[in-house]
Amino acid sequence: MEPTRARILIVDDEAVVRDSLGDWFRDEGYECDTAESAKVALEKLTHGSWDIFLLDIRMPGIDGLELQRKLKEAQPDATVIIMTAYASVESAVEAMKQGAYDYIIKPFNPDDLEHTIQKAVERKQLVSENQQLRTKIDELNLLHEIVGTSAATRRLLEQVAMVSASDTTVLVRGESGTGKELIARAIHANSGRRYMPIVVVNCGALSEGVLESELFGHEKGAFTGAQYRRKGKFEMADGGTLFLDEIGDIGLKTQVDLLRVLEEKKIFRVGGNVEIPVNFRLIAATNKNLETMISEEKFREDLYYRINVFSITIPPLRERREDIPLLADHFLKKFARGMNRPLMKLSSEAKEVLTNFEWPGNVRELQNAIERAVLVCQSAKIMAEDLPLKMNHANGNAAGRSLAEIERLHIKRTLEETGWNIYRAARLLEIDRVTLYNRIKKYGFKREAIDPRAGSKAS
Amino acid sequence: MQSPVTEIKLVAIGDVDRELIEYLSLTLPGTFGARCVLSATELNPRAAYNETRRQYHSTQLLQQLHDMAGSGCGKLLGVTDVDLFIPIFTFVFGEAQVGGSCALMSAHRLHQTFYGLPDDRALLFERVEKEATHELGHAFGLAHCPDFNCVMRFSNSVEEVDLKASDFCRLCEPKLRQMPDATLAARC
Repeated sequence: MEPTRARILIVDDEAVVRDSLGDWFRDEGYECDTAESAKVALEKLTHGSWDIFLLDIRMPGIDGLELQRKLKEAQPDATVIIMTAYASVESAVEAMKQGAYDYIIKPFNPDDLEHTIQKAVERKQLVSENQQLRTKIDELNLLHEIVGTSAATRRLLEQVAMVSASDTTVLVRGESGTGKELIARAIHANSGRRYMPIVVVNCGALSEGVLESELFGHEKGAFTGAQYRRKGKFEMADGGTLFLDEIGDIGLKTQVDLLRVLEEKKIFRVGGNVEIPVNFRLIAATNKNLETMISEEKFREDLYYRINVFSITIPPLRERREDIPLLADHFLKKFARGMNRPLMKLSSEAKEVLTNFEWPGNVRELQNAIERAVLVCQSAKIMAEDLPLKMNHANGNAAGRSLAEIERLHIKRTLEETGWNIYRAARLLEIDRVTLYNRIKKYGFKREAIDPRAGSKAS
Repeated sequence: MQSPVTEIKLVAIGDVDRELIEYLSLTLPGTFGARCVLSATELNPRAAYNETRRQYHSTQLLQQLHDMAGSGCGKLLGVTDVDLFIPIFTFVFGEAQVGGSCALMSAHRLHQTFYGLPDDRALLFERVEKEATHELGHAFGLAHCPDFNCVMRFSNSVEEVDLKASDFCRLCEPKLRQMPDATLAARC
């Protein structure tokens, strides 16, 4: 079904404003038309209708104020937004008194412009009608990514379904690589907040000071160098979900601040004195034992009780071995499709090796093993030899080498295997692309021949 | 299906951190299925400087890139550290010709230090990659995407750049692979 979109008419005598704004709105999914004068705008009104009018206040002939009066006569519920330069803010205020919805100052701050238009559109209750977006997001409920038939996986799916419908705070626990972020994303994608963003913060990756600024944002002039206002993650998650990964890594001071936000649902930006209400659902994750941390006074007990309302524990892969063949098959299909390879199968030996392995790195390690196997396998059947060496207990060739040497060789081999596809190599190595780049620099690797075939990216 | 475009040429505009460009030359081939080369010619942004705004006119720089591009089945990505604007906006992170040969991006407002925060090079590289991918995505014919996680999501602010991923969503990715060059129109 074609979604209902807001219709906008831009009236401005400057062609550059009409064209740029017109393109921008169309790009954002609005229906848009332009008029170079009030006269043309009034003519257009006789054979079309618009939800929002953007009027330049200074135009030759009939100016914006006069046009607003005429528009309101013809269409009393017209939403008018006045466009003005700094010099004519006073007349914009006059326009507001006469019923304009809002005014925006040229040149526009993109954030302000979008905010103003969105407010106006929301008032007309059109945003909620964006069926296209909803259909798309509804397809992405991510439950199909949680693969397995074991009792543990079925229980996991039940828990996700149960908690998604509510707005409860969730604590996701599990070893590294078990898929804590996937569970958080699945809960978000199946919740009433799915049309708004999920904001992910890796608390372990940031120092305490930076984490505070990241979470709360800051006002212009809050500290030396803060020339611009910056929104924090709490604000960015407004209406959606905030996923705090590695919550066990946050310092005691930030724990106090976080607890206050969770209780009061309000924040102050750093250096700000205006209270900002925030409405987000919190999902936290950790691979640490928070109970032990409480006894060691490293984690606040009151925060623990606040976040541990509904707890989901993802079992390690070695405790649900019956899921391994299914998961392997799922990844096999995914990577074969992504690399434009024909349908591939696992040999029975390969299946056995996979099922018997301990998987200290859990599902992520299994995913990487399959991705690498698809890359190196020459036929349509993955053999045990195509799997990473350590699974075949044959890593003796690294004996006697330093850690740095093993790292160097491992990165070099992965780059060669992936045809220098940085995206895929970084994922296989479980490091981010910037870290991989830094290692490439450190070891002085050079791509020998540039091969564009390296470009097909996995989904 | 592979894109018919075989080459992305990176053009430094003004004084740009070489490591940023080198980083892009390594990451972009995997994303677009095209090899990436550094242009021997650089572009001086001086002519696009606007005294009043103390910023550089993005569309004018894009035109200069377009004049450089010539014919062929490659794309040109201008990378700069100067602050860009178009007349209706206070700033832009970049601009591109949809389905055209040229795209342009600026790292100016992607530095943490611009916002008074401690320098974070890894974050800068990540943001630069996102914006370069976004603008090149336009040049490859893609429009904005409503998915919060997709690199083609429009970003009004650096906070929104951080919100999206460096990759195309599962709907934009196949479109990219099949995109014929569309009609020219500038997009930010």
